[in-house]
This record gives sequence, structure tokens and C-alpha cells, in this order.
Amino acid sequence: MNGMRYRLRVIGLIAGVALTAATNTWAQTAAVAAAPAAAAVVAAPAAAPAAAAVVNSGDTAWVLVSTALVLLMTIPGLALFYGGLVRRKNVLSILMQCFFLACMVTVQWVVFGYSLAFGPDVKGFIGNLSWAMLSHVGAEPNADYAGTIPHSVFMLFQMMFAIITPALIVGAFAERMKFAAFALFSLLWATFVYDPLAHWVWGVGGFLRTMGALDFAGGTVVHINAGVAALVCALVMGKRLGYPNKLSPPHNLPFAVMGASLLWFGWFGFNAGSALAANGLAGSAFLATHVATAVAGLAWAVMDLIKNKHVTVLGIISGAVAGLVAITPAAGFVTAGGAIAVGAGAGVICFLFVTVVKPLLGYDDSLDAFGVHGIGGIWGALATGLFATTAVNSGGANGLFYGNPALLWIQFKAVLVTLVYSGVMSFIILKIVDAVLGLRAPEQAERIGLDLTDHRETGYTVLD
Amino acid sequence: MKYIVAIIQPDRMDEVLDRLTAKEIHLVTVSNVMGRGRQKGIAQVYRSHTEAGSLLRKVKLEIAVNDEFVNAAVEAVEGGARTGQVGDGKIFVLDLEQAIRIRTGEKGSKAIG
Repeated sequence: MNGMRYRLRVIGLIAGVALTAATNTWAQTAAVAAAPAAAAVVAAPAAAPAAAAVVNSGDTAWVLVSTALVLLMTIPGLALFYGGLVRRKNVLSILMQCFFLACMVTVQWVVFGYSLAFGPDVKGFIGNLSWAMLSHVGAEPNADYAGTIPHSVFMLFQMMFAIITPALIVGAFAERMKFAAFALFSLLWATFVYDPLAHWVWGVGGFLRTMGALDFAGGTVVHINAGVAALVCALVMGKRLGYPNKLSPPHNLPFAVMGASLLWFGWFGFNAGSALAANGLAGSAFLATHVATAVAGLAWAVMDLIKNKHVTVLGIISGAVAGLVAITPAAGFVTAGGAIAVGAGAGVICFLFVTVVKPLLGYDDSLDAFGVHGIGGIWGALATGLFATTAVNSGGANGLFYGNPALLWIQFKAVLVTLVYSGVMSFIILKIVDAVLGLRAPEQAERIGLDLTDHRETGYTVLD
Repeated sequence: MKYIVAIIQPDRMDEVLDRLTAKEIHLVTVSNVMGRGRQKGIAQVYRSHTEAGSLLRKVKLEIAVNDEFVNAAVEAVEGGARTGQVGDGKIFVLDLEQAIRIRTGEKGSKAIG
């Protein structure tokens, strides 16, 4: 009881401070409208808003491939990465949750989710439902979002982002949330948290897009969003039995390595695909992504060596994932040098958060969803405000180190809005699901393992 | 009849089995186990956790022998498994009350002869 009230006070305090700061600044008008889709359209050579959009086969081919790459990030990338980190008795629950989201969010997206996120704007807050069931979403390009590829392809590409974002949160409540609760929570979260936030940052008329926040591929919409939701889940649901002293190691680190490798591979679709064109911008986003990831892996490995006297596999892959997360908002706006800085920062900051801060605070974020995605995303969003340069992307803006301190402040506001909205809404949704279904698996089920109790299956046979 | 349970280092298993065969002792059941002795295992590190000390992988041999073979069996295991390092393992000799060969129904010494 005391612990819960303390957590509520912390959440309330953060929300109060953030809201005060954010509402003061919403009154200011911001000039530069630069969101990833718009940036890509503006940066593309043939950007003529009023002209009839012509489908470019190179762009379309690349975005189709990127779409498949981003789906790969969820199944089996994230599935294996998380699956290998949990205990044997829960491996199927992780794989199931990721696979299930691929199925469920697809339907939600097609039926109404895409319309809410990217449809015609209502007061800067949400899209309306006129694009439900993909009405108005056909082969004809949508010049506001991606003028050279079919609108349906853009919608599909965005769908894969909508799928992976709730999947990231799985890392926070792994090994203890009932499957039914997870399904209801994810559906509500996708609709009431992801879709609005995607609209604010990427939708035409979305107020963060209008404010000039730069988020190339989803640092705020995906990572900070999922990260803070993960933190709230961890706080609301409480710790696993036996945490932190009686914890088992990852049951299958080879899985985790496979998963992380697939994430790295697929992330090229996530970041470079967000250029929405097969052009130089895609190339530079690819470069920044790759370099930041490599540097972040090394940075975490070095920190591992300093703190633990050994370089661990779990460490280097965690570092790489942290780098992937951090470079996501910055990918299309920074040079290779900027990418090195982003990656190094991600490796060091996320390492310290996960190994020092989290144990101090004492909450159980099973797979460090907040520590890597939340913190990595916040660093990445702010780092965009430091290292962005119009030399790389004329559709973007300059950051602090290129003579424009204003961008950093805009990024900070976007981060704050995301933290508050996602945090508060995730909390509300969790409480609703708890009241309707109950969030946690019963203690005995947690001991036996969710694979058997939720799914009546085992991941591995022992005798034949 | 005696039942010998031996916990040994996994990489000594082949040597032990060879020595048992050389002494005409063929019946054995082998399993993968985890265990520790007076020393603690190698502490594993994963992200923010360092274990206090863990169980290590061992191999367990279970051998049913007639009384006249007990010394030979124990010598074979000891000789094959000893490295002189911490973690070599243990041998336990237990009384065996009854043994039955399932295929033929033979009981007693004949079943494990």
C-alpha cells in the first residue's frame, strides 16, 4: 500500500511539473513544420505539393521492403530478443504476445487505427474516421505524406510501427501479466495512446508536427511512448516473485543474440525506410543507423568491462539495441559524426540507467523496456536537438551544435508531452483493465510459468 | 548388491566410462545435473544483476553392481574422474535391496550380473 501511494505521488509530481511546463509553451507559435514524412517529401527533388503525385517504382520498392523489414523486427526479432531473456517456462508467452500483436494491431489499423493516426485532422489532436476500412487509401499517392509511393504502401509501412510499439512494452510486464489482460490492454493502448501520439508527431495538422519537433522514424512516437508506458506498467503491476534476489538468468542467450541481430537488420527498414524514398536521405539514414548502433554496442561493452570486468554478450547486444533506439529520431538529420555521438551517449547512458539507477529505484522492469527504449529514446530525441543539421536534410532543422538552440527546446517539449500523455493514459488503461480482468497472473501461475497456465503449452520438451 | 551414485566433472565422463568397460562393468545410467560442493560456482552477470554464486554443470552416473564388483567400479570412477582440482565430485555407495531385469524377470544378482 505504501509503495503504491508513493508511486502514485511520483507519477503525479512528474505529470504536474511537465504539464505546467508544456502548457506555458503551447501558447507559443512555432514556425518550422518538419516531420519525417514532410521532411522526406520536401527533401525529395521533385517535391511540388500541388502537382499530381506520380508513383516512383524505386521508392515504392524500397518502402515495400522496409515494411517487411519492420515486421521482421517484431516477429521474430523482438520476440526472440525478449524470449531469450526470460525463463524457460515463459518463453512462449513472449513469442505469443509479439505474434498476437502482429495479428491484432493489423486488424485494428486497417479498420480504424490508421484513420485515427493519419486521417484528416481534428483540432490538432486526432484524425477522424473518414479513412476507416482504408477508405481514401488506395494506389494513388497521398502527397502530404509520401508523394511518390502508393498511399496504401505508406499505410502498410506505418502499420508495422503500430505493431512493434505495443510489443516493446511486453518487456516491462513479462512473466507476470495475464494473456487476456495483455490483449485488452494492448488494444486500448494502440487506440488511445499510439494513434493520437502518432497523429501529433506525424499526422497532417498534428500539433507537435506543427510545433516543429523533429522525429525522423519514431523516437517519441515509438520508443519514449512505449518506454514510459513500460515504466508505468512496471510500477502499477509490481515486482515478479523473488525479484530481485531470486532471479534466473536469461534462459537462451543465443535467442537473444539472434533477436538483436534481426532487430539491427530490420531497423534499416525502420529508419532508412522512413525517408519514404530510395534516395540520398535513405542512404544517410541507413549510415547513421548503422554507425550509431555499432558505437553503442562498443560503448556498452566498455562500460561492462569497467564495471563487471568482463565484456558480456548480453551487454553488447543491449548496447546495440540502445543505439538503434537513440538514433531513431535522429537518423535522417545527422552526420556520421553525429551518429557516433548519439551511439556513444546511448551506450553509456542506458548502461548506467539499467545497472545503477534501476536497481537503486527498485522497480521491476523485467527486460529494461524503459531503461533501453524510454531512456534511449529520450536521449535520442534530445540529441536530435543537438546534432541535427540541414546539411544532411534540408527539410529538417539545425540543432544546438549547428547554431540553433531553439530546436533543443522544441525537442524537450515534445519529449515532455509524450512522457505525460503516455504515462497518464497508460496508467488509466491499466486501471481499467485491472478492474475488468485483473492484470497479474495468480501467484501459482507465475510460479508454474505462463506458457503452461495461459497457453497450455511448453516451449521445449524434456523427454522427446 | 550395491548402487553407486557418482557426481563427476562432465569432461571426465568418457574416461570413466572407458575404465568401467575395461573392468567389465557395462550397466550404467548417465544424466546431466547441476550441483555444487563447498566452493561456490562462477557468478554470472546479466545487466544489473550479479549472481552470488551458481550451480555448475556435472554428470551423474548410477551403477548397480554385485558386491564383488564394488571396488572395481569405485576405482574406475575415481581414477577416471580425478583431476586434483576443486570440483572433481563425489562417489556414494548405497545398499541395493532388489534389482529386476525387466525383459526376463530375473531378480537379484543375476539381474545386474
